[in-house]
Amino acid sequence: MKIHPFLIEMVQIAVLLFAAPLFAGWVKMVKCWSQGRTAPSLFQPVRDIRKLLSKDVVLAENASWIFRFTPYLVFGVTVLAGGIIPIISTDLPLAATADVIALVALFAIARFFTALAGMDIGTAFGGMGSSREMTIASLAEPAMLMAIFAVSLASKSTSLSQMVLVVSQGYSILQPSLAFALLAFILIALAETGRVPVDNPATHLELTMIHEAMVLEYSGRHLALIEWAKMMKLFLFVVLGISAFFPWGIAVNDDLAGILAAPAYLVMKLGLAAVGLVLIETGLAKMRIFRVTEFLGSAFLFATLGMLSFFILE
Amino acid sequence: MNFSPGSILSASFLLLLFLVLSAPFLRAKQRLLIAIGFSITAVASLLAAFAGFWTLAGGVTYQLVLPLGLPDLPFHIRLDSLAGFFLVVIGLLAFFVSIYSIGYVKGFLGQRPVTSLVVFYALFIAGMLLVVLSDDAFLFLVSWEIMAASTYFLVLFEDERPENRRAAFLYLVVAHVGAIAILLSFGIMAGLATGFSGFEGYTFDAMRKTVLPSGWAAAAFLLAFFGFSAKAGVIPLHAWLPEAHPVAPSNVSALMSGVMLKTAIYGIVRVVFDIIGSFPWWWGSLVLVFGLLSAVIGILFAVMQQDLKKLLAYSSVKNIGIILISIGLAMIFSSYQLKPLAALALLAGLYHALNHAMYKGLLFMGAGAVIHATHERNMENLGGLIRFLPWTSVLFLIGCISISSLPPFNGFVSEWLTFQAFLLSPSLNTPILKLLIPLGAALLALSSALAAAAFVKAFGITFLGHRRGPDQGRVHEVNWPMRIGMTMAAISCLMLGVLPTYVIKWMDPIAEKLTGATIAHSASGFGWMWLTPIAHERASYSAPVAFAGILVVVIVTYVLLHTRPGAIRRAPLWDCGFEKITDRMQYTAASFSMPLRRIFGFLFAVHEEVKQAPPGRHPAFPESFTYQLRVRDRFWGWLYKPVIDASFWVSRMVGRLQQGRIQVYLIYSFVTIIVLLLFV
Repeated sequence: MKIHPFLIEMVQIAVLLFAAPLFAGWVKMVKCWSQGRTAPSLFQPVRDIRKLLSKDVVLAENASWIFRFTPYLVFGVTVLAGGIIPIISTDLPLAATADVIALVALFAIARFFTALAGMDIGTAFGGMGSSREMTIASLAEPAMLMAIFAVSLASKSTSLSQMVLVVSQGYSILQPSLAFALLAFILIALAETGRVPVDNPATHLELTMIHEAMVLEYSGRHLALIEWAKMMKLFLFVVLGISAFFPWGIAVNDDLAGILAAPAYLVMKLGLAAVGLVLIETGLAKMRIFRVTEFLGSAFLFATLGMLSFFILE
Repeated sequence: MNFSPGSILSASFLLLLFLVLSAPFLRAKQRLLIAIGFSITAVASLLAAFAGFWTLAGGVTYQLVLPLGLPDLPFHIRLDSLAGFFLVVIGLLAFFVSIYSIGYVKGFLGQRPVTSLVVFYALFIAGMLLVVLSDDAFLFLVSWEIMAASTYFLVLFEDERPENRRAAFLYLVVAHVGAIAILLSFGIMAGLATGFSGFEGYTFDAMRKTVLPSGWAAAAFLLAFFGFSAKAGVIPLHAWLPEAHPVAPSNVSALMSGVMLKTAIYGIVRVVFDIIGSFPWWWGSLVLVFGLLSAVIGILFAVMQQDLKKLLAYSSVKNIGIILISIGLAMIFSSYQLKPLAALALLAGLYHALNHAMYKGLLFMGAGAVIHATHERNMENLGGLIRFLPWTSVLFLIGCISISSLPPFNGFVSEWLTFQAFLLSPSLNTPILKLLIPLGAALLALSSALAAAAFVKAFGITFLGHRRGPDQGRVHEVNWPMRIGMTMAAISCLMLGVLPTYVIKWMDPIAEKLTGATIAHSASGFGWMWLTPIAHERASYSAPVAFAGILVVVIVTYVLLHTRPGAIRRAPLWDCGFEKITDRMQYTAASFSMPLRRIFGFLFAVHEEVKQAPPGRHPAFPESFTYQLRVRDRFWGWLYKPVIDASFWVSRMVGRLQQGRIQVYLIYSFVTIIVLLLFV
C-alpha cells in the first residue's frame, strides 16, 4: 500500500515536534543515571514547554521587534529544516526545497537572528553570547560543509534524500572517507548544538556560557519556542548524522511496511545516539572558549582527511 | 527614430551629457539642481538598464563605429549579451542610488556647493556605461579614465579633511598603475594582431581574430589581471579601497562599491573569455587563488572594523573575491573543455556580481542614512537606532541578511551555485586540482560564515542596544527619496533571491556565448520553483518554497500562540542587583570581534594598548582606563611601503640631475646629441 508523500511529510513534522522534547528528556535521563543522580521524568521537557507557553511574557523596556520576532523565526526555520531531513522516509515533498548546503544556511538564519536578539537589549551578557556564538559558528560552518562534502563526493549529490539512498544501498561506513567525515561531524554537532566540551546546556550563571547568554532575557512563550527549537535542533543534528552515516531503516519507497518500520529503527538509533552523547558529555570537561578553535580545527582536519582519502583510496 | 536598445542608450547618454553641460548654469539654485540633476541621472540609468535588459533578453548584438576619436582611429561600440548584463547591473543600481541621492545630497545644502558632485556623478555613471560598451582599446581606456578621474573628484568632495585627500591620492595612484597594466596588455594583443606594424589592431574584433602565442597570451593575461585587480581591490592590491570608499559621500560609495568594482570584473571576463578565448588551466587557478585570498582576508578585515563604512568597504573586497572564485573555476573548467560546468561557474559569478551590486548598494545607502541622521560613522558611538530609524533599520537588516548569504535572499543563491560548481571539481582529471579545489570550498564557507559574524556586528552594534556614544540630540528618520531608493534595492534583493530560475534563464545567452554551453534547460527543468543547476538528483534548491515555508510556520505559530490573550509586561532590565546599568556596559564593536581577533590576529598587525589613569596607582584601583586598538594591514608594510620608499629613492636620485645651472643642462643636451648621433 502506498502512502501519499504529503501525509508522510505531516507525520514527519509531527514526529519532529513531539519526539524532540522526548529525546531531550531521554538524554537528560541517561545523563543523570550515568552520574548516579535521580532522573527527572522522560516527559519533563514537554511539561516545561507547556508551562512556559501558558506564562505571561516579561519584556525589557527597550526590546525592539527583533527580540519579539526572533523566537517565531527560529522555531519556523527549525521546523522547516525538519521537513527537509529524511527522518522516516526519503520521499518527502519538501526534500527538494533545500540540499545540505541550504540546510546549513537555514540553521544559520536561526543563529543570525538569535545573535541579534542577544544584542537587542543592550546587556553585556547578550552581546557576549552573540559574539561567541558567531565566532564558534564561523569556525564550525566550514568544517561542517567539509564533512558534508566528503559524504557528497561518495553519493555525487548534496541532496539529502539522494545521500541516504546511496549510503543505504551498500556504501559502507567502513569506507575511510565516511569514517573520517563521521568523526568530524560528531565534533561539529557537539559545537553546533551547544553540548559539553564547547558550551554547557545546563548552566545559566557561568561566564563560559554561549547560547544561554543570548537567550537570557527571554520569558514565557518566547522562551518556550526558543527552548523547543533548541531541542529540535539537537534532535535534527542527531537525525542528520543518522541519515548521512547510518541510514538503514529509513523508508526509501512509500509502502506502508517501510514507513511503519522506520520509527522503530529511529527510536533504537536515537536511544543509542543519546548514550553516546552522554558518554562524551560526562567524560569531557567544558573547554575554555579559545580551546574551541583547536577542537573545531581538528574537526576540519578530519573532514579534509576524509576528502583526501576519498580521492586516494576510493 | 526607430526604437531599439541602441537608440535608448543614446538617449541615456544625451541626457547625461545635457546634465553635465547644464549643471553649472543652475549653480545659483542648489536645491533645484539636486532635484533636476539626480532625476535626470535616474532616468538615464533606468534607460541604460532597460536597454541592457532588452539586449540580453533579445539575444542580439549591436555594433557601431562612431565618427569620434583620433583621425583614422574611430571609436567602436558594441552592445552584446555580456555588455547588456553589465548595463543592467550598473543602470539598475545607479537608478536606485540616484533616487536616494535626491534626498541624501540635500544634507550638504548650506555646507558646500554640490554642483561638482552632480557633474562628476553624472560623468561617473556615463564613464561606467561607456567602459562596458566600448569595443576597442582606445575608447575602453578613455572611458576607464573618465570613470577613474570622476571618482577621484567625488572622493575628494569633502576636501577639507586630510584623510579624504590622502585617500583620493592613493586611489588615483593605484588606479593609474592598474590602467598602465591594462594599456600594456591591450598593447600586446593589438600589436600581435597586426604583427606590430600598424594601428588597426586596436579594436577588440581584431584582437579576437588573432590567436596569440602562449607566452604572449600569458603576458597579456597577467597584465590585464593585475590591472583589473587593482581596480577591483583584489588582495593585495586592495589598500586604496577601504580608504577611498568610506570617505566619499555615501551615494557615491554605494556606486563605487556596488558597480564600479564590477567594471573590473567585466574587464576580466571580457579579456579572458571573449578576447583571448582559449587559455591553459593555470590562469584559472591563479584567479581562483587570489579570489580565495580576497574572500577570506577581506572579510576578516571587515570583522575587525569599527567604522561602519570601512566594514562595508572591506566586505566588498570579500565579495569581489567570491566573484573571482567563480570566474576562476569557470576558467579551469573551460580549459578542460567541461563546458556546462564552466557555464554554471561563470553564471554563478555574474549572478553574484548582480547580487552584490544590489545589497552593497543598499547597505551603503543605509550607512549613508545613518550618517545623515546621526553624523556619526564610528560604530562605537552608535546603537539603539532601530527605535529612531524604523525604515532604515529594516532595510539595512535586509541588506545584512542578503550579504550574509542567508536564504531566501539573493546572496545565498549565488553562493550556493558557487558551492555546486566547487563540488563538480571531481570531474576534472587532474589529481592535484581534484584535491585542492574542495579546500577552496572550505575557505569559501569560512568567508561566508565570517560574513555573518561581521554583519551581526554591523547591524547589532549600530541599530540595537542603547546609544553608545554621546547623545547629540534627536535622531530623525530619513526623508522619502532616500527611503524609496533603499526600498527598491531591498525589493530587488528579495526578488533576485526568490526567483533565481528566471534570472538564470535570462542570463543564459552570456554563458552560451562565452563558454559554449547553457544551463537554463537543466537549471529550471522542474519548473520555475526549483533550481536544479545540473540535475535534480545532484542538488536542488527552491527559494519560493523555503520563503513560503518559513513564513507559513511563523504565522501559524504566531496565531496559535495568540489565541489566548497573553499579557506582555514591560519591565526594566534586570541589573543583577547592581545599582545601575549604564550604556557603556554594553558590548562594543571592538569587544564583539575580540574572539575572532584573537584567533585570526596573526594575519594582522594588531596593536592593543591599555592605559590607566592616574598612572602610578595600584592596578586594582584605577580611576579610569583608556583602551586603544589598532588593527593594521600587514600588506601595507610588505608590499606598499617598499614600493613607496623605492619610488621616493628613485625620484631623489633623478632629482640630482637638476642642478639649476644652465651650463649643466647644456652639457646634458650635448651628451644626448652625441649619443644619438653615435647609435641612431
